[in-house]
Amino acid sequence: MTKPRWFNRLSILFGLAFLYLPIVVLVVYSFNGSKLVTVWGGFSTQWYATVLNNPSIIEGAKVSFLVAAVSATAATLLGTLAAIVMVRLRRFRGRALLNGMLLAPMVMPEVVMAVSMLLMFVTLGIDRGPLTITLAHTTFTLCFATVVLQSRLVELDPSLEEAARDLGCPPAKAFVSVALPNMIPALVSAWLLSFTLSLDDLVISSFTTGPGASTLPMKIYSQIKFGVTPEINAISTIILGIVVFGLVAAQLVSRRSEQRVSAAA
Amino acid sequence: MAHSSAAAPSAKANWGKRLLIAIPYAWLLVLFLAPFALVAGISLSTVRLGMPPFEPLTAWDGSILNLRLNFENFLYVLTDDTYLLAYLTSLKIAAISTAAMLFIAYPLAYGIASCSPSSRSLLVFLVIVPFWSSMLIRVYSWMSILRNDGLLNALLLKIGLISEPLRILNTETAIYIGIVYTYLPFMVLPIYSTLSSADRTLIEAARDLGCSRISAFWRVTFPLSLPGVLAGCALVFIPVVGEFVIPDLLGGADTQMIGRAIWLEFFNNRDWPMAAAVTIVLLALLVVPIVYFQSRQSREQG
Repeated sequence: MTKPRWFNRLSILFGLAFLYLPIVVLVVYSFNGSKLVTVWGGFSTQWYATVLNNPSIIEGAKVSFLVAAVSATAATLLGTLAAIVMVRLRRFRGRALLNGMLLAPMVMPEVVMAVSMLLMFVTLGIDRGPLTITLAHTTFTLCFATVVLQSRLVELDPSLEEAARDLGCPPAKAFVSVALPNMIPALVSAWLLSFTLSLDDLVISSFTTGPGASTLPMKIYSQIKFGVTPEINAISTIILGIVVFGLVAAQLVSRRSEQRVSAAA
Repeated sequence: MAHSSAAAPSAKANWGKRLLIAIPYAWLLVLFLAPFALVAGISLSTVRLGMPPFEPLTAWDGSILNLRLNFENFLYVLTDDTYLLAYLTSLKIAAISTAAMLFIAYPLAYGIASCSPSSRSLLVFLVIVPFWSSMLIRVYSWMSILRNDGLLNALLLKIGLISEPLRILNTETAIYIGIVYTYLPFMVLPIYSTLSSADRTLIEAARDLGCSRISAFWRVTFPLSLPGVLAGCALVFIPVVGEFVIPDLLGGADTQMIGRAIWLEFFNNRDWPMAAAVTIVLLALLVVPIVYFQSRQSREQG
């Protein structure tokens, strides 16, 4: 390439160190026996015990995981339909508007979407709680799911499906039995992306929830505002562990199914 | 294209097609577009006690339909110094942090793009992993690094670079660190994807024609990566303007960003019409970059 190798190495090293520094700090100090960040009080798992015995945190985690699972599933289903519409049905009235609505949430400040959804639910008279958070999360993760699925669908060779249809297969069945199996890695990553985004969201959840339904980020946020507690390090490390496990599993799944696809082709 | 080989579409297929289009359309109209119209409507309403905390825009008075539009919120937003300052601060912080991110992200993306294909995918994976973990807790981690009695100050004191702890947390510097850190992957990935798909032979040709390494970079590589740079800037700049979590946790009381102002208006002052007006003005400020970004996106998709 055009620049000396040491420069590339250094910029990669610097960038990754910057990205991982807070994460390493978080994980290391979740095992700290002392309450103070700067003092190392020996290795201890006491903060994990505190987290697991905190009913409020456990309750928040339950709400978060339920909301994330339901909205990720809904977003992946809707996203699949949206991706089919955008990639396969090239011309229809209102295509530009649909495209705009699918892309806008990616760049829209969260607080804008949060305000508008709150006002929507209030106007419709829907009681705010886990249901409204789920509807809001489905909407804002839908666009991310669609982008992932769209880019996969564009790469798929339509001639395989056309062959199935020439042999008398109806279009919907041709899609389900030919295209869908090839979309599995994209479906998995769309679901995981939606799940993680939902699990992480603070702003939209805070606006669209009612009394009694607090998600994990909302609980963490109020704890942070209340004062820095080492408990958060332990919660964060647990979440991080789940996410990394899920990511590695997804990588393995997609690699294996890609190998199967290329072996079959 | 996919339908060309099939026989003329039957009425049933047409109906199915319409249904297919209708489902995502209906969802987004009800839960994405209509809510914005509502925000606009409520921004013209008057605050009141109770639930919902705003007066309806229309009133049926015997036989007369009254429409009452209250423009006071907008007049207030546009003339009040605190809001004006909050908008300007948000734009300034977004602009400076976007520029700072570019300085870190470009060399990183360039470095990754010039690696071997196998280590490339590993490095991209490593860039994405932090994005998958909770942003709130990563910001929290910066709090414990930047505090007066935090890790950074402890380290600097130990090497003797400073004799008194620096005050970083609750300043604008902390906001910049937090934003650059959190949004970095959004800048790296689009730049990386344009750099890695750029045609290498063009650079080789420039070198063969006597271009120095540096001028080959500026005259060939950099222009080729501009679409990625622009996409990265848009992906970062627009959401950062409305950022709430980072200024709230890392910034001080004297640095007010607009996202936080909206939050406070909603939850502390309970003035929903005012919050809606502040939101509409924010949206108006962002319409230009959003429309630009969208037209680029649809052009790229053809």
